[in-house]
Amino acid sequence: MSQTITTASVPRRLLGFSATMLAAAILAASVAGSSPARASEVASPSDNWWTFKAPWGYYDDAQLKRGFKVFREVCSACHSMKYIAFRNLADPGGPGFTEEEAKALAEEYTVKDGPNEEGEMFERPGKPSDRWPSPFANDEAAKYANNGALPPDFSLLAKARGHERGFPWFIIDMVTTHQESGPDYIYALMTGYEDAPECGADFEGYYNTAFAVGGVPEGCKEDGVSTIHGTYLAMAPPLFDDLVEYDDGTPQTIDQYARDVAAFMMWAAEPKLEERKRIGIAVVLYLILLSGLLFLVKKHIWRNVEH
Amino acid sequence: MLEIEKYHPKSRLGRWVQSRLPVISLVKEQFIDFPTPKNLNYWWTFGMILTVMLVIQLLTGIVLAMHYTPHEKMAFDSIEHIMRDVNFGWLIRYMHANGASFFFLAVYVHIFRGLYYGSYRAPREVLWILGVLIYLVMMTTGFTGYVLPWGQMSFWAATVITSMFSAVPEFGEPIVQWLWGGFSVGNPTLQRFYSLHYLLPFIIAAIVLLHVWALHYVGSNNPAGVEPKTKQDTVPFTPHVTMKDLYAAVVFLVLFSWFLFFQPNYLGHPDNYIPADPLVTPQHIVPEWYYLPFYAMLRAVPDKLGGVLVMFASIIVLFFVPWLDPCKAKSTRYRPIYRLFFWVLVADCVFLGWLGSKPAEGVYVALAQYGTGYYFVHFIILLPILGLIERPKNLPPTISAAVLEDIAEHEKKDEARRKKKEAQAAQKKAEAAKKKAAEEEAARKKAADEAAKKDAAAKPADATKPADPAKPVAGAKPTEAAKPADEATPGDAKPVDTSTPTPKKEG
Repeated sequence: MSQTITTASVPRRLLGFSATMLAAAILAASVAGSSPARASEVASPSDNWWTFKAPWGYYDDAQLKRGFKVFREVCSACHSMKYIAFRNLADPGGPGFTEEEAKALAEEYTVKDGPNEEGEMFERPGKPSDRWPSPFANDEAAKYANNGALPPDFSLLAKARGHERGFPWFIIDMVTTHQESGPDYIYALMTGYEDAPECGADFEGYYNTAFAVGGVPEGCKEDGVSTIHGTYLAMAPPLFDDLVEYDDGTPQTIDQYARDVAAFMMWAAEPKLEERKRIGIAVVLYLILLSGLLFLVKKHIWRNVEH
Repeated sequence: MLEIEKYHPKSRLGRWVQSRLPVISLVKEQFIDFPTPKNLNYWWTFGMILTVMLVIQLLTGIVLAMHYTPHEKMAFDSIEHIMRDVNFGWLIRYMHANGASFFFLAVYVHIFRGLYYGSYRAPREVLWILGVLIYLVMMTTGFTGYVLPWGQMSFWAATVITSMFSAVPEFGEPIVQWLWGGFSVGNPTLQRFYSLHYLLPFIIAAIVLLHVWALHYVGSNNPAGVEPKTKQDTVPFTPHVTMKDLYAAVVFLVLFSWFLFFQPNYLGHPDNYIPADPLVTPQHIVPEWYYLPFYAMLRAVPDKLGGVLVMFASIIVLFFVPWLDPCKAKSTRYRPIYRLFFWVLVADCVFLGWLGSKPAEGVYVALAQYGTGYYFVHFIILLPILGLIERPKNLPPTISAAVLEDIAEHEKKDEARRKKKEAQAAQKKAEAAKKKAAEEEAARKKAADEAAKKDAAAKPADATKPADPAKPVAGAKPTEAAKPADEATPGDAKPVDTSTPTPKKEG
């Protein structure tokens, strides 16, 4: 009699334990998730649909190719991307260029190398192993050319930016594995440019509604409180409709450009995402199966012990 | 503590080794036969889980060190080199970074388990103190490790934490400069932190060895808090405890893998993907989640030195817990009043963690002061006083008796639950029967009414079309009009049936 009760009571004890564990994990993570200042704060970030969302997420190579085109033709005029080499464009889980294409692309650029045997620096066509050439020689030159503001490097931006998710999202995010507030941020920024409000029409910078607070002109304050939503950025609106030509019939709108370049930047920041998620699914399934078997073994070993 | 039967190896080789180094009997007596209370619950598996996490951290850390460069100009780049170019470098690094979080998660569960079941009480004071020491070294290791990627948060966390020592009267300034190896956090700081981060885990491992030694000398505590008296109270460590621990460790690893593979940056801060810049201070400097309660305590006190002292005192007080608790019963299971306050303490720590993530301004400071105050009140006032005035429930004489009590209680609960379920089922059944009867009655009435109406209407309409007038009616009120006709006896409704099915489907 007591034997049956013992075995029956085990799963329930286990259930209580797991529930408490889960609660503990949620509490711990909630403390982490509620950390303020996920970089600069975005006022109304859009929760976009990205193909690389969720455990089975992947990069859409056509989108990455389009995003790369936007980067190359627009962003790379001011922004560097120093952790990406030409060869990376042909890496699995990336934009899907062939090795020949990556090589041909590299050869379009001139790279400074050296010193050679005579001790001289020389210029040569790019190789696939070369990193993406930076538009400016150094940070000082970049600042000088951009009214004192340094255009950040693109390689990690999608992981270095984000916004506070707040309660209860940071809990839900643990279940849905939400990790896309970086691309959401970039998209919000790219589509957040608007005509400056009258109270701050002649204020320096470009008005962007993606941000909650920031440098607000005096004319837009009432009793010290800002009357407008958004802030002023040093970067001029970089995207316009029909600015970059897409040859696959994708709409040539700011909205589409913003999505594509944000996806491309996510890849640049996390090039191993597909491999990671693929391995992850196998590992998690394996461990769940293993834990099931181990539980049965454990139950068998304890079958004659009242505990 | 129960005697462990002495083991003598039987084979010649075994005897040869044993007579020179008694390692065979050590393994057999301490890791196979070792008598362990049979009533341990799953909260006791965290010792093994922590061992697994320590090994994961050591192994991944040693591999990372092969690829990492501790230099202010190269550290950040070398991390990206690991993430992009080293084979499975991303896996090793994410494992190490998330592993730290899960190491701390497990250690917090382990510490609170010890507090709940009185595992710090005689004869386990030294075991407990060694544990608190491990936690202190872990905190230092975690902090020095967080600095190594040399991102913005690394740099500024290092600045904030090392600056705490400037609060020391008289010698504050020289101490901080000595820690930095210069006049600000810089390359010398990074290099010494790297050196310490490689050294400290081995010190942790050494204290863990002492911790396990102390545990094996005094034996495991258990949920009943009464020591094992006979062999019936215990099970051999292997296979009973090893298999149970292994199972729990794998379940823990599932949770770990979820974060590691699907959201490896969830527990981190985006700012740490920005290279360290001494000229740009982040909007809010926040530590990793596992330090947040202490961060809240540090900032709760308006005075710098006071804040530092309070923060350190919050850990120092743990060393004295064995002598602050005078209660006869070890386990909180038999102390209903203290149990309530235990959970209030847990809630207080979570509350402080939340406050640590908020800026130190306005109402948050006041709340943090209350939270910090309560933390100390718990250990210095509630624990001793409740221990003296609360009369614990009757303690079971032995572990076996405790288990029988448990079983009886479960039986009672099971019985009650079963009865409740049965009663509910019976009630549901009765209700359903009633409802069905009522529905049938209504349907029959409606069908009869309709049939009568149709019969009356059909006679004069025979010359024109009979179906047409029915259609719009059925379309407007599809369910009500169609259902009774459908459920009506087939013989009566036949002429209507041919016209109604089409509009019903459309509706």
